[in-house]
Amino acid sequence: MQLNGGQALIKSLEMEGVEVIFGLPGGAILPVYDPIIDSPIRHILVRHEQGAGHMAEGYAHATGRPGVAMVTSGPAATNIVTPLCDAYMDSIPMVVITGQVATAAIGTDAFQECDTVGITRSVTKHNELVTEAADIPRVIREAFHIATTGRPGPVLVDIPKDIVDPNNPRSALDWYWPETLDLPGYAPTTRGHPKKIREAAELICRAERPVIYAGGGILKARAAGALRELAELTGIHVVTTLMARGAFPDSHELALGMPGMHGTYTAITAMQEADLLVALGSRFDDRVTGKLDGFAPEAKIIHVDIDPAEIGKVRRPDVPIVGDCRLVIEELVTAVRDLGGAEAPPDRSAWRSRISGWQERFPLSYEPSEPGDQLKPQYVLEQLRDAPSTPEDTIVVSGVGQHQMWTSQYWRFDHPYTWVNSGGLGTMGFSVPAAIGAKVGMPDRTVWAVDGDGCFQMTAQELVTAAAERIPVKVAILNNAYLGMVRQWQEMFYEERYSEVYLSPDLPDYKMWAEAMGCVGMRVESPEEVAPAIEKANGIADRPVVIDFRTDAREKVFPMVPSGASNSEVVVEPSQRGRRR
Amino acid sequence: MSEVRHHTLSVLVENKAGVLARVTSLFARRNYNIESLAVAPTDDERFSRITIVVDVESAPLEQIVKQLFKLVNVVRISELDPRESVERELIVVTVRAAGETRARVLELVQIFEGKILAVGHSEMTLSLEGAPAKVDDFEALLRPYGIVELQRTGRVALPKLDRSI
Repeated sequence: MQLNGGQALIKSLEMEGVEVIFGLPGGAILPVYDPIIDSPIRHILVRHEQGAGHMAEGYAHATGRPGVAMVTSGPAATNIVTPLCDAYMDSIPMVVITGQVATAAIGTDAFQECDTVGITRSVTKHNELVTEAADIPRVIREAFHIATTGRPGPVLVDIPKDIVDPNNPRSALDWYWPETLDLPGYAPTTRGHPKKIREAAELICRAERPVIYAGGGILKARAAGALRELAELTGIHVVTTLMARGAFPDSHELALGMPGMHGTYTAITAMQEADLLVALGSRFDDRVTGKLDGFAPEAKIIHVDIDPAEIGKVRRPDVPIVGDCRLVIEELVTAVRDLGGAEAPPDRSAWRSRISGWQERFPLSYEPSEPGDQLKPQYVLEQLRDAPSTPEDTIVVSGVGQHQMWTSQYWRFDHPYTWVNSGGLGTMGFSVPAAIGAKVGMPDRTVWAVDGDGCFQMTAQELVTAAAERIPVKVAILNNAYLGMVRQWQEMFYEERYSEVYLSPDLPDYKMWAEAMGCVGMRVESPEEVAPAIEKANGIADRPVVIDFRTDAREKVFPMVPSGASNSEVVVEPSQRGRRR
Repeated sequence: MSEVRHHTLSVLVENKAGVLARVTSLFARRNYNIESLAVAPTDDERFSRITIVVDVESAPLEQIVKQLFKLVNVVRISELDPRESVERELIVVTVRAAGETRARVLELVQIFEGKILAVGHSEMTLSLEGAPAKVDDFEALLRPYGIVELQRTGRVALPKLDRSI
């Protein structure tokens, strides 16, 4: 079958099972947009290429399938660099297709030319400039394989115009679909080493103060069920990192919540005091460890990761295991069972009672607002979480900053794939487009973006996309009129010298802005308005909703491990400060 | 285990456009200086071998090797221990050699088994291939005569052959 390159590209995406492309056309990618008209693949026309990238990420987060974005050359390619880097840091499977100027024009500083593969080299798992039409099916097949296997990540395919333009003879090819892949340098290890797994099982059975440190790799490996089995079998408590919220149910008796800079006191302290950390798909990120040489000083480390480069990168493990988290955990469960009864398990009752003591003395807490004061952001989140109209399996999406930390803290994540956020890169503006992508992937689920006012202003234009495409996401802006996290640092560490953090509560007018973009807009200022507004928003299914919650700018995120401090120096909420640690 | 020393990495890569840039930009990103670099196709035209000499401590070297191996086009990486490998380098040098110094320069070329590539009225261009230390010595001994221009290749290396039965 004779096709042109553009047709072959779209057909290749169909062969990969792609159901939706987030994109925006332009000069160099024009020929690929023609066959889209005849394809069953849905195309969602974004308003800015960054939006396309984050939508693809949100889609991938929520569904586990690779997100696909397609944009043109030059400025479109540079606009999608941020989502690529975001996906790279958070190991999100994504395939981005960029247009490129015609092969003969490459290197001539042609209109809308840029060195896309050069620019994106360090923010992609792999990228490729395709130079022959006949390579298109192979490169697309490889791109999806690389994006979705091993440690997932973004792959970019750069397509010069001449090889997709039907008017150019260079675009002609005989259609084929590669049966096999020829990637001699790519073979991820998925099975853990049996000897190491046995060593890990022995450490687990002997530990007196063990903690499972579960990271985003659990979700990538679809290992939430295996994790639960391991935790319940061994009775070991579990902390779930920012990227792993939902990987273990928050309402489980073994759940300790999130560790790290703004984690729960118990999660932070249990890790500090542990004699064994079972790190599963986590990477000892600086936001989790705090000051590294003071982190979990007495803990032996079992480190399971599919990426060998993570093992020993930050902390040298006692038992390194390279492999797929699900497969390794299943093997671990078997190995622990085999050891069962071999020796008497250590008495962990003292450890359990220390943990429950911390939980009792240092729960997450905040001072409720006084009558007449502004809303507390945590109160808004509790109301949103507990509203009878908010389904239990709601997908929650956040941007980056205080609102992100409060959402991670105060939401009750009982299901995997219900939390979408930008962890590694910390991309402000992530939530609106990512929520749209999540809703496209999971149309039957309620999707709430919890956003900050600073974040919202970065990517709000994608609500036009959502309104036009009938993607009914809901957005709760925790509007404190500040770049709140920066304000918090300036208050705590810069003697309350507030530099360039004030944004104004009503410039823009978020309600009017939402309405101008085709959404339902609401404003909420007092506690008694919160529940009815949420109720109303949850009842709207035909268009996006934005609620502007006016919140108290003085509120800070606690607990907090100050930057550069050890996790043992965690600062708790003011009312808890006199308590025995 | 943290002493800084030369490490020679032999990196087998797919022979494709842009692969060298992927490898070198990884070093740049982690702020490691590449001491020398040599790259050429192998006997199998699908692959090239990059020989990289880098000055790092052992621990960061392990990390960079792992990061390198994550590149899809990198097929195999081996660290070549100088004691367990044969290493060669080539120097091409133009040196002042007028009047009576010419004989002394020629003597050095003879001792080191170098080659004379070109002869001018007051200068000569020489070459020498050998183990890196030998090339270093040759360069040092020529320096007093006045080096006009000098070019050294990066180091290339292969493991020593195992002669045990």
